[in-house]
Amino acid sequence: MDKALSDSEKALVRHLQDDIPLSARPFAEIGEAVGMSEDEVVEKIREWQENGTIRRFGAMVRHQRLGYRANAMSAWDIPDERAEEVGRILAAADEVSHCYQRPRANGWSYNLFAMIHGASEEECDQVAAGLAGQVGVKSYALLFSSREFKKVSMRYFIE
Amino acid sequence: MIQSRFPVTERPYAALGEQLGISEDEVIERLEAIKESGEIRRMGASFDSRKLGYSSTLCAVHVPEDMLDRAIEAINAFHNITHNYERDHYYNVWFTVIAPGPKRIDEILREIEDQAGIGPIINLPALRLFKIQVDLPVLDEQVVDG
Repeated sequence: MDKALSDSEKALVRHLQDDIPLSARPFAEIGEAVGMSEDEVVEKIREWQENGTIRRFGAMVRHQRLGYRANAMSAWDIPDERAEEVGRILAAADEVSHCYQRPRANGWSYNLFAMIHGASEEECDQVAAGLAGQVGVKSYALLFSSREFKKVSMRYFIE
Repeated sequence: MIQSRFPVTERPYAALGEQLGISEDEVIERLEAIKESGEIRRMGASFDSRKLGYSSTLCAVHVPEDMLDRAIEAINAFHNITHNYERDHYYNVWFTVIAPGPKRIDEILREIEDQAGIGPIINLPALRLFKIQVDLPVLDEQVVDG
């Protein structure tokens, strides 16, 4: 869709990807900064929420601090003709937050990715084993993250 | 409720206050306190990069332990790279790239390989999306009440 956002729309994106001001009329404040009226800002945000341009609007909490201890990137080697069927099954699990099909690469034979969340690594292991049984696939790997080198929100239109 | 249903109206904090039975000023004060505590990273919008005309991908690379610092520095230098983790596999460094098109992504990957003397980086853009759940079941009250 909006491959060609207007300059003021890009400016609005830049503001919304920062913190919303903690003042009584934050959208008026943002509007002033980007050359839009308060109504235009509110309308544009609603439009972007409706068409999916804005995925989420609100507070981003620190999950780790609120008890999501373990997460594992599970990677699965699924015959291409079964990828869609298995992808849907993995995606249906409550413990899976993200599920994608990706290409294989040199030294990397896995084509399905599912992010598994649990209280512990053991719990993630059990979830994966259960899913493996359910889809009848033995070739999968669980990659736990041992260190976080970077985690930030993307900042658009700053180049 | 502020996690995914921030009211998009003229006076959002008054609207939140109404739902919670507290005043607009109190909502603002509480949010200031929660933000200060670090429980909330940011209060704003999260965008779908594709809808803004950007491309995204997941990449991995094998980096020997003694080259790790230099590699991390080269990778993290790009604002296009938002997540970067060490994982337990031969491909031990995993990161996401968001850029205004696949060509720019390729350029960034080549620059990282040159700068850090690592590679080849494997580039695994999503071919199909089965699920992306942005709202994990976090207790809302915990967020609002800090």
